[in-house]
Amino acid sequence: MMKRATLPAAFAALFVPLAAIAAAAPPAAGEAVYTRWCVHCHSSGRGNPGTDSLQVKYSGKVPAVLLERTDLSPEAVSLFVRQGVLSMPPFRKTEVTDAELAALSSYVSQKYKKPR
Amino acid sequence: MALPPNVNATDFESALRAWRDSVGADWVFTSDADVALYRDAYSPFWGEPEERVASAAVAPSTVEQVQAVVRVANQYKIPLYAISTGRNLAYGGSAPVYSGSVVLDLKRMNRVLEVNERNAYALVEPGVSYFDLHEHITKAKLDVWVDPPDPGWGSVIGNALDGGGGWTAYPFRDHFGAHCGMEVVLANGEIVRTGMGALPDSKSWQHNKWGYGPWVDGLFRQGNMGVVTKMGFYMMPRPEAMQTATVQGAGQDDIVPLLDTLNLLENQHVVNGSTSLFGGPRPPGAPPGAAAWTIQVPIYGPEKVVRAQMEYCREKFAKIPGATFTEGELFRTPLDAATLNRVRKVSFGVPDLSTFGMLGRNPANPAPPGGHIGFSPIIPRTGEAVLEYSRFYTENLATVSEGGTLRFLGPVFMTNWERSMVAMIMFPIGRDPVHNRKMRGAFERWVELAAAKGWAEYRAPAAFQDLCAKTYSYNNGALTRLRETIKDAVDPNGILSPGRYGVWPKHLRKA
Repeated sequence: MMKRATLPAAFAALFVPLAAIAAAAPPAAGEAVYTRWCVHCHSSGRGNPGTDSLQVKYSGKVPAVLLERTDLSPEAVSLFVRQGVLSMPPFRKTEVTDAELAALSSYVSQKYKKPR
Repeated sequence: MALPPNVNATDFESALRAWRDSVGADWVFTSDADVALYRDAYSPFWGEPEERVASAAVAPSTVEQVQAVVRVANQYKIPLYAISTGRNLAYGGSAPVYSGSVVLDLKRMNRVLEVNERNAYALVEPGVSYFDLHEHITKAKLDVWVDPPDPGWGSVIGNALDGGGGWTAYPFRDHFGAHCGMEVVLANGEIVRTGMGALPDSKSWQHNKWGYGPWVDGLFRQGNMGVVTKMGFYMMPRPEAMQTATVQGAGQDDIVPLLDTLNLLENQHVVNGSTSLFGGPRPPGAPPGAAAWTIQVPIYGPEKVVRAQMEYCREKFAKIPGATFTEGELFRTPLDAATLNRVRKVSFGVPDLSTFGMLGRNPANPAPPGGHIGFSPIIPRTGEAVLEYSRFYTENLATVSEGGTLRFLGPVFMTNWERSMVAMIMFPIGRDPVHNRKMRGAFERWVELAAAKGWAEYRAPAAFQDLCAKTYSYNNGALTRLRETIKDAVDPNGILSPGRYGVWPKHLRKA
């Protein structure tokens, strides 16, 4: 069974306002943020350390390319961007604003399937 | 909300109010969550009391706003720590050297002001990353190359000011050396332009780096005498071709003639690419005749010139008994997408982040701690120095690694600079204080051992900048004292990046 990226309740509460902003953001806005900040590590092909890292972590149980994931909620995406993970540092608000983060989270989680 | 050291709450509130008026309330960060984003993700003190953390951050978008922020800081004697893109990972990232400083975040100053194809230069602001500059050049279809360092999200200005380098041809890959002209905001808010930029309405700011009179640009390299808000850089016109040869020597001592030959070829500017050296003590059981040393020798230029230079290199290396010389594929630029996908992009002027794969999670290292720091001493560019450093490393490894229980990566002999070498040792850093404490101890020990042999750092993580500065102690630390004298004169309240690279203002100096 696929592992889901879950969040502590306290973190989930932090992202309620982001969900509201994301609802208003056009998908192109999220794609633009993704292309600017995420594509260099999380694409397919050679030289993508984020993709390579996730391939080793999950051994193919979930897709290593972020945009192919179905288990990433908008809240999880936001958490990783603001907290960082392993070699990936957190991103400051001068790099990705709250509004951009909301659009990005919505874009990256477009295939997200809510657990029943 | 934390207060900066020696600043009372009333003054800090007044400063924050003034900064909000100058840059807008959205760009002054004081909440714990926002300020935490400025922590150094690779801090060797992560989560410990000694971790260097900010009290707040302020992010101007224009030089006038930088002036206003600095003037307020000077009025209230609040320490600022300037960052460009804040991606100087392994050297402190976006965190200050002096805990409690307010981070002056220049990421919003992200304008490419000019790229001049005809004279091959650029003028940029501190928030411009290598990705940004490359995108600008690509969209404008300009026939010049960026010289990318390892991480493409780094600032073009920040990397140069920290002493960073890239991967294409000399002199462009010496990023500070390839700059031409600066604009700097001093601690009193005054703007200075260096070189030809000091001429009103200068027409040659990025054409001549020296200008007239004493040259001051070096004060701002790894410095804290001002805030650099613009900087010019020479760029490489796209080379027609690039080819790399692989040279191998079988014997341990072959490193001496190999490097002598390489030095000659580089100092003659026959070889202009960023060379790489691999090898070292031969492991037990290595097959007879296996190469002890391998050097990658890239050359950029017009195809017929590259081919002639390669032939000349072949002749020179052929004089070393047993050395082999193998020419690699000759690439004609611009590369198509398929070719670009199979080469090392940074060697072709295309920034990326692939370097993070080396120390990140990978099949060979499925559970890395996450971050890293590096000890990067300069050694002479001779084979004898390489052999001496290799012996030094081997002789001390068991003790410093606590009987082999601490895992370092090294030594990596980097031949990026033309006239010297960096003998790097890497230390994995994570979130476990016990692991980090051991790595810190090992780092300090290598610094002390190397200094006793006459080798010292060219660049250091924020937490070790004092330690490394102290190794430059000739004549009772005369160089440090000179820098302190200048610091006290140009920044009498000591507000700009206190402690950066071991230069402290008078009121914070320890006896």
